[in-house]
Amino acid sequence: MAVGKEIRTKISSIKNTQKITRAMEMVAASKMRKTKDRMQATRPYAKKIGQIIKHLAHANPEYKHPFLVQRDVKRVGLIVISSDRGLCGGLNSNLFRKTLLQLMQWDKENIEVDVCTMGTKAVGFFSNLRKVNLTGQVCKLGDTPHLSDIVGIIKIMLDAYQKNKIDELYVVSNEFVNTMTQKPTVEKLLPILAGEIENGLSSGHWDYIYEPDAKEMLEHLLTRYIESIVYQGLVENNACEQAARMVAMKSASDNAGNLIKELQLIYNKARQAAITQEISEIVAGAAAV
Amino acid sequence: MTMTVHVDIVSAEKEIFSGLAEMVFAPAELGEVGISPRHAPLITRLNAGEVRVKVTDKESYPFFISGGILEVQPHLVTILADTAIRAKDIDEAAALEAKARAEEALLDQSGKIDYESAHAELIQAIMKLRTLDRLRKRGE
Repeated sequence: MAVGKEIRTKISSIKNTQKITRAMEMVAASKMRKTKDRMQATRPYAKKIGQIIKHLAHANPEYKHPFLVQRDVKRVGLIVISSDRGLCGGLNSNLFRKTLLQLMQWDKENIEVDVCTMGTKAVGFFSNLRKVNLTGQVCKLGDTPHLSDIVGIIKIMLDAYQKNKIDELYVVSNEFVNTMTQKPTVEKLLPILAGEIENGLSSGHWDYIYEPDAKEMLEHLLTRYIESIVYQGLVENNACEQAARMVAMKSASDNAGNLIKELQLIYNKARQAAITQEISEIVAGAAAV
Repeated sequence: MTMTVHVDIVSAEKEIFSGLAEMVFAPAELGEVGISPRHAPLITRLNAGEVRVKVTDKESYPFFISGGILEVQPHLVTILADTAIRAKDIDEAAALEAKARAEEALLDQSGKIDYESAHAELIQAIMKLRTLDRLRKRGE
């Protein structure tokens, strides 16, 4: 029967798309579990090193490391962590919107910005912006990023900071709140300033005994700290990407299901109308005879 | 009651140990250190070697770390290890093999190998074996 040929092909094409989105949803779900584990595994280290740095900011060393000193801000560095692939809902666009707002604010205050990007999506986005000075990028880190992959890009920024080229360093990435929610956040990495004193910390005027040497030790520790934060951000962003993709693909599959249902209804109606028409034609023909 | 200090050992991959201890021994860069409770604040780098956490006279936990950072506060000791494993979990055969491989690599003077990394690997393997030796001597 010739009726509804177009509708039938449309239904089958939507069914194919639905198969793809459903497969992607399941892949993302299993990957999310893994990336989430990885994210949680790196947390204790990041937390502890953060604590040590906090203690350190309270100490009164005779040697003041540049990372711990506030300067006048003329130029800032920004590390943007995005995903390598798309099809993950509004994850990257939310992140870029947040970044743009921040950039606009800096623009108002006449602060210039150097940007380093991680992930293909950020590279694509920021190379189209004219006002931004791109100083470094890494892409295609995959699902299991290694610290060694991102050390280079962090070094670019830290060197720039040490040479007074930039006066503050920020990192933009997605925070994993839960599977449904990912929050883009801007975090300040440098300079590190003293926060509130917690329990168990000696108060008053004190300093560490540094072995072998304060300068070397601080250099090593602070670099480690920055690396661990950025790495943590990257791993967390990975988990966000998979979670966002899973949700996006789930809603795509659901939408496809609804579309198919509606089209099926239209198709059935058209078919029935055609049959009714044929019968009435036959009956009318018979009556005429 | 004896005094205790809170000890946290974390590696980049996971938390290894967290709890109270009477004393902690660690291979600092300038020689092995023993940290008692209420030690003065100290920060130092650690070499590869054995970290031992003495919980009571009879009970102590040995770990192997491949280097890291030690921070001491009067009531808190934190060890950030690059990698850490419980000494019992050291795979002796693998360590021996790694040692042999590294030695071989160092002997190979063709200039193809990365001297630094081979050297580091050798030290790691030797320290692992030494940690195991000490463990045996103490009869654990």
